[in-house]
Amino acid sequence: MILEVLSWLCLVLGGLLGIVGGIGLHRFPDFYTRLHAAGTTDTLCAALFLLGLAFQAGLTLASFKLFLIFAFIFLTSPTASHSLANAAMLGGLKPMLSNRDVLKSEKQDKS
Amino acid sequence: MMYTVAIIAILITVLLALVRALLGPTVYDRIAAMNMLGTKTILLIAVFAFLTGRHDLLDIALVYALINFIGVVAVLKLVEQGNLYTAGETSVDTQHEVSKK
Repeated sequence: MILEVLSWLCLVLGGLLGIVGGIGLHRFPDFYTRLHAAGTTDTLCAALFLLGLAFQAGLTLASFKLFLIFAFIFLTSPTASHSLANAAMLGGLKPMLSNRDVLKSEKQDKS
Repeated sequence: MMYTVAIIAILITVLLALVRALLGPTVYDRIAAMNMLGTKTILLIAVFAFLTGRHDLLDIALVYALINFIGVVAVLKLVEQGNLYTAGETSVDTQHEVSKK
């Protein structure tokens, strides 16, 4: 019963976090802020989902596999975000640093 | 029931990420969206494995986690260099040193 509640909690929280990340991907003005929304929610969302599934599996081979997937995502997801930001910076994409930049890009979107 | 809710939440996120990948003004936006999509696919496979009770599907999720990372890095390298065969050793820090000289 407790395990059931815990796994519900983890899965719902993970799902909400994923949706929040998806909305952040649309609401933020430039690439770096969007990457921040996507990159930070991604890891915790995956961790919560896998934890919720592991509560259902108990101490079995399945939960060990879930742990392996978690360990991999935990290592690679921030690394991928970092290399994305690095590549964008090298590629000459300038971050928006002031409100004026935001207004300018909104004007460009409209025109 | 629990797994159905989880799958619906994942699918909504996938949809949002797909729209960003299609709209994305820069190529990096698209790659970031695809990275997110890959992570959500891993979770989708894992939840699906529990939904159907076939726990061997978790192996596929594990392999997908490996391939997703390699794929994102490979695409980034392709975007940066225009090819995949030259050895690129650039980062923001090293480029700063080069421009100082």
